[in-house]
Amino acid sequence: MPNERPDGTAGTTRPHQDHGIRWRLVRGEQSALAELYDGHASVVRGLAHRFLDDEDAADRVVAEVFAEVWATPGAYEPERGSLRSWLTELTRRRALRHLDESSLGPRARARLEERIRAASAAARADHMVTAMPGSLRTVLELAYVGRRDYREAAAELGVSEDETRRRLRLGLQLLSAAAQNGSEKAS
Amino acid sequence: MSPAGDRKAGPEAGEAAGPEATGDGGASDEEHLALKSLLGVWALAVCSPEETAAVEAHLPRCAPCAGEARRLRDAVGLMHREESLDPDPLLRSRVLDGCLRRRPAHTPLPEWVAPYDAETARLDALLRDMGEAEWSAPVRLRWATGERTLTLCGVLAHLGSVDGLVATTLGLDDPLGPGAPRTVGDRTETAVERCRAHGPPFVRHKWRTQTRNIVRTAALRAHEAGLAVDFTEFRRPLHEALAGRAFACWIHAEDIAAAVDYPYGPPAPEHLARMVGFVARRLPEAVAARRRAGLAAPPRRLTAAGAPGRTLHLEIGGLGGGDWYVPLDSPAALASPEHTVARLALEDAEFCRLAAGHVPPREAAAGREGDDEAVHDVLWAVASLSRM
Repeated sequence: MPNERPDGTAGTTRPHQDHGIRWRLVRGEQSALAELYDGHASVVRGLAHRFLDDEDAADRVVAEVFAEVWATPGAYEPERGSLRSWLTELTRRRALRHLDESSLGPRARARLEERIRAASAAARADHMVTAMPGSLRTVLELAYVGRRDYREAAAELGVSEDETRRRLRLGLQLLSAAAQNGSEKAS
Repeated sequence: MSPAGDRKAGPEAGEAAGPEATGDGGASDEEHLALKSLLGVWALAVCSPEETAAVEAHLPRCAPCAGEARRLRDAVGLMHREESLDPDPLLRSRVLDGCLRRRPAHTPLPEWVAPYDAETARLDALLRDMGEAEWSAPVRLRWATGERTLTLCGVLAHLGSVDGLVATTLGLDDPLGPGAPRTVGDRTETAVERCRAHGPPFVRHKWRTQTRNIVRTAALRAHEAGLAVDFTEFRRPLHEALAGRAFACWIHAEDIAAAVDYPYGPPAPEHLARMVGFVARRLPEAVAARRRAGLAAPPRRLTAAGAPGRTLHLEIGGLGGGDWYVPLDSPAALASPEHTVARLALEDAEFCRLAAGHVPPREAAAGREGDDEAVHDVLWAVASLSRM
């Protein structure tokens, strides 16, 4: 299970979990709706907030996205990707619709669209941080969050300085690639 | 591994002859490789000043490195995480209610499952924000007759081990395995001991999975709300037992939040009301137990089972409150408003904290009226229900 997050939360769901929850949603189990929300609401809300920079609008998008999934769970096709990426796409679409409904001038609109593009990249990078191999994530977090010099990080982790440099570079390359990938797909 | 972004690199990279071309008048291949290996630590600014200077001298002369340096710096920018906007806890019920209006559930969550569902979700959301240091913070648990300090993992293991009694009643596996002890105390010891061998992710995952399984199974077996759950010391029908587990989850979530200095509010009023009910229904037995132990006043008069006897009117204020009538002379006596000899008034959350042992009965913010002894006995009886 290379993609399972160590805390076992739904951040990166495995395919059979996505299948299972879809099946339960189709059957109309309210407990599945609650699980869906608990596993994904913070991602959807964080994304919607980055897109729109407005807490109330973000909350409305959260409500719309989950209502859409609950109303038509059969629309999700596990063969085409994870539940999480489907929710991300629904969130992006809903956020764009909010923009369509707002009466923005062309320049403000262009700025917001740029913002959505950047936020999508950041969200993919975020996801990459949680999905990358633990050996890379640990050292990145130690360096970035813990503000350790790479030599200190190497000593703390008991790996060589060479290996620490390599891991940090590789981790950043993965983030950069994750952010780029989606923007190519979207454009 | 080569970054997929190479294709999208800026003009400097586009001019380079090949990915490994140095385009550099000075640096040898060896120096170039050494500097290139520093790009990650340079982008994160976690290398020495000398290394920083060496990389920065190299970049203007080497297009491939300059391209990669820019991409890695951008990637560092992406690590800025502004998550944890602390979504309004009410958002969950608002969103879920909205969904259900649009498409009613085929298998709804019974109202008596809702407090457990909401409280476990709330604690899970709190745990999501915990960093490594917070996972090892000592959490102080207090109840009326004792206190104990556990790790956060230990608290979750304790909660999960008692929830396990509900799980097994529903036909789910015992989280402690077959042949595990049945008493709350022994189960807790076993679970706490066992979780020392596992890291936080494992313990959290086990706890969380069990809570979800309990919610799901209880909803599928909603017609069996009366199923008896045996907590050894007392037995409760499933619907009350789950309110009790929701109560324990909230109280320990407050303990955890206090240990890591996070704010944590009370449950939703309709859930608080069920917790109040869980406590209030156990009061007649608690008064009797204290009397048997010589801690409460003897009955003033012998009351035949089912006959009306002296009664305390418990008025719980707040949105989760209500009126409760507690028979004083015997649990078997009938409490009745006409035989009220004392009144005790408390807010809903204060009443629950008193029952959790978080507020000593002496200090409880309570309105008292009538027979002092009766008021005293009931206040102390509420507190006597608290456990680890």
